[in-house]
Amino acid sequence: MVIVGAGVVGAACAYYCAAAGLRVTVIERGAIGGGTTAACEGNILLSDKEAGPELELALLSSRKWAELAEELGGSSLEYESKGGVVVAASPETAEGLAKLTVEQRNAGIDAIDVPGPDMFDLEPNLAPGVASGAFYPQDSQVQPMLATAQLLRRAVQRGATVLTNTEVVGFVRARDGALNGVRTTSSSMPTVHAKWVVNAAGTWSGQLADLAAAAVPILPRKGFILVTEPLPRVIRHKVYTAEYVANVASSDEGLQTSVVVEGTRAGTVLIGASRERVGFDRSVSLPVLRTLAAQAIAVFPFLSEVALLRSYLGFRPYCPDHLPVIGPDPRAQGLIHACGHEGAGIGLSTGTGALVAQSIVGDALDLDLTPFRPDRFEETKAS
Amino acid sequence: MPTSQTDPGYDIAVVGAGPAGLAAATSAANSGARVALIDSGARVGGQYWRHRRGDDIRHQHRWKEFRRLRGNLDHRRALIDYLPEHFVWHVERTGSGFSTHATCGDAERVVDSRAVVVATGAYDRQLPFPGWTLPGVFTAGAVQGLLKGQGVLAGRRVGVAGTGPFLLAVAAGLAEAGATVVGVFEAGLPTGFARHPLAVLANPGKVAEGAGYLRILARHRVPCHPRTGVIAAHASPSGDSVHGVTVARLDRDWRPVPGTDRRIDCDTVAVGYGFVPQIEIPLQLGCDTRLDVDDSLVAVVDDRQRSTVPGVFIAGEACGVGGAVLSVLEGELAGLHAAHLTGAGVPDPARVRRLARRRAAQRSFATAMHQAFPVAAGWSSWLDDDTVICRCEEVPASAVTRAVDQLGATDPRAVKLFARPGMGLCQGRMCGFATAGLVADRLGRTVTAEDLRGMSSRPIAQPITLGTLAAGPRGGRVS
Amino acid sequence: MNDTAFQFHFDDQQISAEPGQTVAAALIAGGHLWWRRTRVHDRPRGLFCGIGVCFDCLVTINDRPNRRACLVEAQPGDQVSTQLGAGRAHLAN
Repeated sequence: MVIVGAGVVGAACAYYCAAAGLRVTVIERGAIGGGTTAACEGNILLSDKEAGPELELALLSSRKWAELAEELGGSSLEYESKGGVVVAASPETAEGLAKLTVEQRNAGIDAIDVPGPDMFDLEPNLAPGVASGAFYPQDSQVQPMLATAQLLRRAVQRGATVLTNTEVVGFVRARDGALNGVRTTSSSMPTVHAKWVVNAAGTWSGQLADLAAAAVPILPRKGFILVTEPLPRVIRHKVYTAEYVANVASSDEGLQTSVVVEGTRAGTVLIGASRERVGFDRSVSLPVLRTLAAQAIAVFPFLSEVALLRSYLGFRPYCPDHLPVIGPDPRAQGLIHACGHEGAGIGLSTGTGALVAQSIVGDALDLDLTPFRPDRFEETKAS
Repeated sequence: MPTSQTDPGYDIAVVGAGPAGLAAATSAANSGARVALIDSGARVGGQYWRHRRGDDIRHQHRWKEFRRLRGNLDHRRALIDYLPEHFVWHVERTGSGFSTHATCGDAERVVDSRAVVVATGAYDRQLPFPGWTLPGVFTAGAVQGLLKGQGVLAGRRVGVAGTGPFLLAVAAGLAEAGATVVGVFEAGLPTGFARHPLAVLANPGKVAEGAGYLRILARHRVPCHPRTGVIAAHASPSGDSVHGVTVARLDRDWRPVPGTDRRIDCDTVAVGYGFVPQIEIPLQLGCDTRLDVDDSLVAVVDDRQRSTVPGVFIAGEACGVGGAVLSVLEGELAGLHAAHLTGAGVPDPARVRRLARRRAAQRSFATAMHQAFPVAAGWSSWLDDDTVICRCEEVPASAVTRAVDQLGATDPRAVKLFARPGMGLCQGRMCGFATAGLVADRLGRTVTAEDLRGMSSRPIAQPITLGTLAAGPRGGRVS
Repeated sequence: MNDTAFQFHFDDQQISAEPGQTVAAALIAGGHLWWRRTRVHDRPRGLFCGIGVCFDCLVTINDRPNRRACLVEAQPGDQVSTQLGAGRAHLAN
């Protein structure tokens, strides 16, 4: 089988497929993890998921990450069960959050309500006057590039091949029309035959799918992250404002910014997360950086004196209904999608990889793939 | 000064007030352009003419030239706004030209202009070796800067090491100031420039300068050892400073010749392997860059000092390391052409031709020097597994090689993301060249421009506090 | 130079400086080669590049951490302190 894309999702697919005994070739047009994976924070979250298929996938993936950390070694992935803290700054937001946590507990998320004063036990450096909050012990962290590399490494140890700087430019079809391979830019391997081709091309999955005439409407949603100078351990968890949860689900055209702040092992503090639909525009937007900075200072006032060291940007791959695309494509026999994870790619990659392997091998699926089916958008258009 | 709301401020913003920036600002103003001269220092002169107050010229070079330029600057104060202690962290294109974002103290200042001249200079290039992070090991430029700019001798027994003619200047300055220079350890073969007789003959001044340094060194009995490198520095018993080095003969690839290593006592090491141009601003603006003859990443310019982005001019080391005389020539040309672009008359063709001729001569000499003093890849054989590659994040050589061997990194950018070299405060300025070299070597290839771009791209060119960033231009937009 | 030298504090010592001299230059002239310990391995660091690009010479000046000693001009009465790690220990929890 061929997996197109060596980002975190492609790497997870490679890991689980190789573990299932399949012969895997990963084809990556750039470097390992060189696409959106390189611009991720490494979130493995349950706290921001609404009840439904995405949450089910998140629960599955979160379990899988914990298993992987056991098997590959947590420190080789920099896996940390640090937990998430949501801050409700105003009484109105607090009310909304309290309703949300009830729903979340009903759906299987461990969501603990935290009264205002107790928030400072969790995060001593919070701005004063916080109304209330919630604590999510299941939220975890992993270093995205290390995780991708380790997943691929284990796959290679089990016989997988990884080709970098090689782009897939077309598909090969059998006489009955089924896909049975890909054409590449490699002079030594211009054609790679495979019974299955996995589309794990991230924000470029739509372009790849078009080559197979099996369109998936994946578009880029730009995001910036700020990185501060190294600090001692000042922020213990992933910390977000309650507006973040509402933000992820929004489809508004313009800028969406609400803050996520966390410390890292190296001592830097990461600040996200903006969302813009501006295509693949790579220019730095100072107004966005300023807004992120201001929002972070509102949650942690000490950040005002802390220096910004660098910023980076990435393009989240998103679908109109904010659910990923996972599973075999009925429109193109042999094509399996594993893409469209928007801002949850790291977290959801493991479940996705496991499901892809199960699809190919014919094992029982951990989840019903119907909500993630690739042809669901045509139905919506038709109806 | 400009007052109109729609008028985008200055005609030209010049970033950097060293030799190139001073020349650009003054020649632009002489042509009638309104100029903002933006510099991080407290005084003009950049690094080459770094000084304290007053005119202590004892350790300076070409001071007359500096006084001429500074005099021009004073003469043109009506047209040049000089903004010292402004640290430029981002330059962006706007509808009407460019916005240059700087911090001055705790406030952000923004300078709007129709054109920009980038004259940001360069800094010493480093190769790591065991013990190079010990206090008392400095860059060659730091040692010279302490002497020239601060009147301070960096130490008493100094080893000067690296490659390139700059080492002679540094050693001569130290010797004249009374330090014991235990040796000049040149990793290459300095007579290599004899392979470029035309370039050498066209620049008698340069040759005389070099010969002058050699005379000074001879007078002070400073031994000069070609094909020799400092391959390790050793800590004093307290562990908190250098008290000796190991030097060894090097072969053509800079691998130590077995049996030639010996210990030399010293309390200071001055080290430099060429220069790294500061090109984060051209990269921010989207200018094309290329690998120059000295394996440095430089901005691409045409004969009018124009970058590949309209309205952005580049002069001095940022478009190719070549020294102060070349920087002044390029600055003058950049200023003339930038002024013309923003409304001044056509520059006098005879003058342009003269400047261009002298620029060509300087460039050919610089090229000859670069080709005579290349860095050879065998330097990585000096490293131990625990030799620090990234000083800021204390990343050892073993982590870099592991990222290639075990984690599948195929370029320095991936290594940066896996093992963190270049993620610290200096954002890869000190370790970028070495990391790229190590990674390429490990992959069995040579360093590419793309490799260096991956270690040189800095959207935030100088640290800025989140508070200053959030507050926006409080110091006002300067326009 | 006819200007008067002045003094500033470095930890519990007095350091002489001349007008226009940087903190780093004055410390080196006073025999101090390091004024910071690194975050990871607690190693001593002082000046390296001398021009503000390497960020090795960081020191705490008048309670503000991470000042580049090679860029900051010394002032009479400054309190310069050896910086340990990231220099904001009061924030750690």
